[in-house]
Parts: sequence; structure tokens; C-alpha cells
Amino acid sequence: MFPPLPNPSTAASAPRFGEEDLVRRSASSVPPPARQLTQVAKLIDVSKCIGCKACQSACLEWNDLRDDIGINHGSHDNPPDLTPNSLTVMRFTEWMNPETSSLEWLIRKDGCMHCEDPGCLKACPAPGAIVQYSNGIVDFVHENCIGCGYCVTGCPFNIPRISKVDNKAYKCTLCSDRIAVGQGPACAKACPTQAIVFGTKDEMKQWADGRIKDLKARGFKNAGLYDPPGVGGTHVMYVLHHADQPELYAGLPKNPRISPIVQLWKGLTKYAGLTAIAAFAAMGVLHHAVMGPNRVTESDEQNAKRLVPP
Amino acid sequence: MSHDIVGSSIHRGDPVTVDRYTAGARINHWTTATCLVLLALSGLSLFHPSLFFLSSLFGGGEWTRAIHPWIGVLLFFSFAGLFLRFWHLNLWKGADTTWMVRLNKVLGNRDHEDPELVEIGKYNAGQKVVFWAMSILIILLIGSGLAIWNRYFSDYITIEQRRLAMIVHSISAIVIICVWIVHLYAAIWVRGTIPAMTRGRVTGGWAWKHHRKWLKELVAGKPPG
Repeated sequence: MFPPLPNPSTAASAPRFGEEDLVRRSASSVPPPARQLTQVAKLIDVSKCIGCKACQSACLEWNDLRDDIGINHGSHDNPPDLTPNSLTVMRFTEWMNPETSSLEWLIRKDGCMHCEDPGCLKACPAPGAIVQYSNGIVDFVHENCIGCGYCVTGCPFNIPRISKVDNKAYKCTLCSDRIAVGQGPACAKACPTQAIVFGTKDEMKQWADGRIKDLKARGFKNAGLYDPPGVGGTHVMYVLHHADQPELYAGLPKNPRISPIVQLWKGLTKYAGLTAIAAFAAMGVLHHAVMGPNRVTESDEQNAKRLVPP
Repeated sequence: MSHDIVGSSIHRGDPVTVDRYTAGARINHWTTATCLVLLALSGLSLFHPSLFFLSSLFGGGEWTRAIHPWIGVLLFFSFAGLFLRFWHLNLWKGADTTWMVRLNKVLGNRDHEDPELVEIGKYNAGQKVVFWAMSILIILLIGSGLAIWNRYFSDYITIEQRRLAMIVHSISAIVIICVWIVHLYAAIWVRGTIPAMTRGRVTGGWAWKHHRKWLKELVAGKPPG
């Protein structure tokens, strides 16, 4: 068993990280932080998940959110998708393993992956609406959010949801408010089987190694860690029994990366666009300076007069 | 003016004045122009972080995000009005190709020296290019704009479609701003043009110099286009 974080002291304590630890801030820049926080990560061991949804309940409770009562969609997914209130959702997949001819129930806790290279933050046009701390947490700052949905466009995992109530974007915060006072995420705290554990990224990788060895010993020869390099690694990682086929787990992308279209939009287009506008304006000024205005002459007026019969 | 001659579009005086745009066309034009400028300002504020401050003109980022698409809808319908008024006058003719090929003469203020460049109808080739560029770009912008209007259409659009719409919208917007600069600059450079859209009239000399075929047609009694 991974030793869980001890319960914190009840005495008030100052947050352990804050504004001064930002490494990225949407549509703006931050000074390089004076210190590097220890990188944290949440490890979700899919092979240990029993699908109890305690994590979903804990998430709703800690974040003081309630979702609408929905309808049965023919699967255990409830709600059927992430919403502005349900920041995490268990996705259930029934898969027939062709090698063993046995049914496998693959349950993946979906939610923000806290990418090292976050597509949401890259796409965001509102200064300071999305921030990244040096410990790896990517957080939405709602008072700066303008509700444009560009984060949805930028995210390689289809995570952010825009509220129709307040037009703000919502996603898992990795319980940044709990981590700031030395606690782990609410979902990890609530998980009865330690399918969700939380610690430093190094600890989590080590712990995952042990789990993967165990799974391989049990015949899951493709067991592995999901820490996709296309987004620089993530601060929410999965242990998958079939790490060679992450798509099995309700469409977990095999090689997620920020879409090249988003890269083009937020890269070349942005700079070339403003340059083009400036160039056109400059050409106008230059043309006028060199050629001067195109004036109607007195003889033009006389010609017009002659053309018009008296 | 009371001393009208030749139909109602040419007015004797010193100088002779010629009606170019009706009040309806001018209102239609300035509505479109206002929308386009507001769209450019609000759009640019979301396009580049260094221009985000422009969003304060609209009451902040949230207002900018909310109002930009509605202005876009207004522009679409307003421009549709201009399109219906002017499309037939902007059909491409052989003479337009000649004009384009000899663009350097036009830009060099030497077009009046070339007999093939003076017999211009209501619109010259440059104006026609602006007209058709605006028309095509506005179609692209409204189409892609609806796709990224999350408040109403997010449920009908996949994320991949949204990304495509976003790049189409951005590039079209940049191009239309450049076309707008050309349009605005031409109106300033060619002196005497702006009264066409403010008072609705130009001088006879202006019409003689820049749109001689159009002036001759008016004199011959053709209804003003």
C-alpha cells in the first residue's frame, strides 16, 4: 500500500505555493519563479478501480458542486460526460479481450490530465485565466475567464466544459486548494482501493513501476504507464493493463499532443497576421508619402462641364 | 439642388456634381463599416494578447466575447444589403483585367495618360476586387464564426471542426482587415472620394477623371447604378 498523506494539522497554515510559483500564465508572461516546487502527480491505477464513483462524489463534495439528475444512458457512466459541475467522470468500457476471450471491464476516471505543455493555456486569449504552477498544476482562474471556449479548442483530451450559467470554463483543479495546504486531492482521499494515489511525480512513477511489474506477473504483458510525451508528460498519469492500446479506455488518445492547427493558430498566424496588417498600413502611408494624393484637376471639372449639356 | 439636369443624378453648378450613392446605400454602407470596425477591434483583442486591452472598449473580455458574434450577424445582413445593391456593377469585364495588368500606372497617378484606363464604369477593377474579397471573406467569417459561437452551437460542432473553424476565422479576419485598409486608403488617396459616401455626391471632375464611362452613361440618361 502506498502510504497516504497524513491528516493535516487543524492549525491554520499559509498556502505552500501561490502566484509567485507560476511558470505559465495565459496571454501574458510571468517572471521566472525564484524556486522550483517539487513536481506532483496523481496516479490512477485503472487495474485497481472498482468503479464505485467515490472519487466523483468526493469531487462534487469538496468543490461544493451538484450536477443535474440525469437519465440512464445504458451504461454506468453517470453523468454520461464531463460537465461544468462534474469535473471527473468514470468511463466504463466493456471489452472482449481477443487473446483470452474474456470480458474485461475497463474503468477510467476521466478528467484534466494537467499536461506539462497545456493546450488550453496555449489557446486561452484572456490574461491570467489559465495558470500553471511549477509543481505541474494547471488551474483555471475564473475571475479572468471570459468564456470564449478557446481552452476547449486547445485541449487534446476534450476536458474543459463551459457553463451555460456563468459562461466560465471548468475542469479539475487537481484540488490545488488542498495541495496548497499539504493535502492530497479529494478523489485520492476518497478512493477505497488506492486506485488513485497522489504524491510527487517521481514517487508516482516509482509506485507505477511496482504496479506494472505486478500486472505483468499476472499476465498483462502490455501493462504500462500513461504519461504521454506529446504533451510533455502529464501530472495525472494512468497505469493501464493494456498500455499499448490506450484507446480501449473510452478513447484515451494514444499520442496526445496540441493539435498542429492550434499550433498554427497560436503561432505563425498570430505573428504573421499582425505583421500583414502593419505592412498594409505601412504601404498606404509610404505610397501616399511617395506618390502623393490623386487629385481632380480643374481641367477635369471643365471636361465634365462640357460633357453635361447646358 | 434645384437646377437639376439630365434625369436627376447630375446637378449643374460650379463644379458640376453627380449623385453616386442614395441615402439608403450610405446608411447601409456605414452600418456595415461600423460593424466591421467593431468586429476588427473586438476580434483583434482576442487574437493577440498584446491587443487584449481593446476588449475594455466593449466592457471587458466577457462582454467582448458575448457581443462580437452578434455584431457579426448584423454585419452579415448589412453586407448582404450592399451585395444585393452592387453585385451586378461589380461583374468582372475584360477592361478590368487590363486595369489590373496596368496597376502600376494607376498607383503612379498616371492612369489618366492611358486611354484604356480612363473609360471606367461605376467601379474600377480595384474596387471590384475589394467587393468580391469582402463578399467571400464575409461568407467564410460568418460560417466559421457560427461554428465557434459556443453559446449556441457548441453541441453541434466537434472539437476538430472547431479547430478548423478557428484557423479559417483567424486568417479570414486578417485578410479582411488588410482588404479594409486598401479600401480605406484608396478613399483617402483618391481625393474627392469620401463625399460619395458622406453626402452621396461627387464632383463632375471626379467622375470624369475616375469613372468616365459611368459619367457618360449618366449623361446619356441611364439610371444611376
